[in-house]
Amino acid sequence: MHELAIAESLMAIVAEEGRRHDLQKVTIIRLQIGSMAGVIPEALTFSFQMVSQNTIASGAVLEIETVPVVAECTECGQRFQVVDQVFVCARCGKSEIKLASGRELSLVNLEGETRDGDG
Amino acid sequence: MAEVKVPVVRNILQANERLAAANRKRFDDAGIFVFNLMSSPGAGKTSLLERTVEGLADRVKMAVIEGDLQCSFDAERIQKKGVQAVQINTEGGCHLDGNMIQIALESLDLNELELLIIENVGNLVCPAEFNLGEHEKVMMLSVTEGDDKPSKYPLMFQLSSLLLINKVDLLPYIDCDVEKIRQRARQINAKQEIYEISCRTGEGLPAWFSWLEQKVRETKQTRQQN
Repeated sequence: MHELAIAESLMAIVAEEGRRHDLQKVTIIRLQIGSMAGVIPEALTFSFQMVSQNTIASGAVLEIETVPVVAECTECGQRFQVVDQVFVCARCGKSEIKLASGRELSLVNLEGETRDGDG
Repeated sequence: MAEVKVPVVRNILQANERLAAANRKRFDDAGIFVFNLMSSPGAGKTSLLERTVEGLADRVKMAVIEGDLQCSFDAERIQKKGVQAVQINTEGGCHLDGNMIQIALESLDLNELELLIIENVGNLVCPAEFNLGEHEKVMMLSVTEGDDKPSKYPLMFQLSSLLLINKVDLLPYIDCDVEKIRQRARQINAKQEIYEISCRTGEGLPAWFSWLEQKVRETKQTRQQN
């Protein structure tokens, strides 16, 4: 449900980076989205299509990499992928853990076109 | 035209994070404890606030920011109890964000407060993702929603330091196993404190009041030390 807000924030960043790098057009936007972020890729893509109309990112492809939820046990240091929302260490059974990944909402890189140097 | 690849690596929600950090600084400078109350619609957030105002308003100087999709019924309910309440209408938006709180703060004199309660939009998903600058996230789950909710909405359970299980007076009439809620919540967030309450009967509320008063005291002490 919050994909629209995320798409708007993303558009603001893409526009800012576009100005910084003198991009005339953005063609590919690569994102990492953690499984725990509750973002539906299709909904984000749809929202981004709406908010990017008539901008340099109009028609850009969103390449979304989903990052699994990985936790690290603060007791024994074991790293494990979280399955079925059980944040309990598979090795020592302790549930004192910290998240290593899974909450990403990151822009990783952009591809686009600049004006030709001579142009 | 020349094709280029630009490495960026930026948090998409960084604009919100910046606003949340600015809000947090204002809260800390004023020495007030702020929590973000989240739950699904109808779990009893506004009832909890009414009870909290009744129970604490003579001892703790408080104000409420009410987030809602439409209408200002909730703010009116709180104002009737004699506490300042600012309504934010998100006009269909499913969560509050740092910017909305910044605007709402213009209507409040933080130096006159010890406690600020932010009631988020009823929703177990989106509000968890947007920091507002609060010190703690508190979530509420009512027993009528079922005991499978922690596994279905893990992020909110993971981020909330306190879980209030509301409407426990209804337990004799429904199929909800509170022990299952506790067990599943523990698997997601072992540090989360859990209180069972009923806003209708008042059961469990003294423990909630003590938790809040303790937080208010600690926040004030932190400010005095700095």
